Amino acid sequence: MTIKLDSSLGFYENALRLTSQRQQILASNIANSDTPNYKARDFDFKSAMMIAMNSTSTPSSVEMGQLNPLQLDAGNFSTSKFAVLRKSKQNSQDGNTVDIDVERAAFTENALRYESAIAFENNEIKNLTIVLQGS
Amino acid sequence: MSLLNIFDIAGSGMTAQSQRLNAVASNIANADSTVTTDGTAYRAKMVEFMTVPVGSSATTSGVKVSRVLEDNSPLKKIYNPAHPQADELGYVSMPNVNIAEEMVNMMSASRSYQNNVDSMNVAKSMLIKTLTLGQ
Repeated sequence: MTIKLDSSLGFYENALRLTSQRQQILASNIANSDTPNYKARDFDFKSAMMIAMNSTSTPSSVEMGQLNPLQLDAGNFSTSKFAVLRKSKQNSQDGNTVDIDVERAAFTENALRYESAIAFENNEIKNLTIVLQGS
Repeated sequence: MSLLNIFDIAGSGMTAQSQRLNAVASNIANADSTVTTDGTAYRAKMVEFMTVPVGSSATTSGVKVSRVLEDNSPLKKIYNPAHPQADELGYVSMPNVNIAEEMVNMMSASRSYQNNVDSMNVAKSMLIKTLTLGQ
């Protein structure tokens, strides 16, 4: 049962963790929108999510009370591994590649993704509670 | 908790932008100051931004004012022999403050400040949503 719980809620856990890491990178871009030579970054969400899902969805190899080394690895997942430099659409004289409109759009979109993951997880928890209560 | 880092990042951006706004205010206020404490005309001040790492990841960074520079462009000379600061030829050295440039800087600083306030607000609402998870 724990494994089932993990596979249903683990997805949301990963989604929340990775979107919050992406949000951090986007906030850095916004804060550094006037810093000379700052290069705008983004987060390769797709590959980060795939790796996070693969490392947690190996329940068959996990014994009770035994920690999955991959799972531990996913916990302190380094963001820098998935950070990618954003291509600048317009060159600026000071070498800064932050396009504030792109960053704001990505920031809002990512916040919505985060909140929708929370909404879905809430639903999942409600469903599980109904099953547990049997009514 | 990576979402809490956004408060540090956006906060650093707000501090840096308000320092820039401070420099702009000082320049505009002293646009006609012919004497400073060292006896010469006022020189325009400008701030230099630099990234500072926030949190454990190398990809997330805040911003800080690394130093305040003085504009070394030549002072404006105005012919006014009646002025107490006039030299032997009757010219007065006026500050090298360019009002148009300062106004542009002011608007840019204020917009960047607003962007940082917005990212802080979004991070706050994301955290509040997270706290209601499972309720």
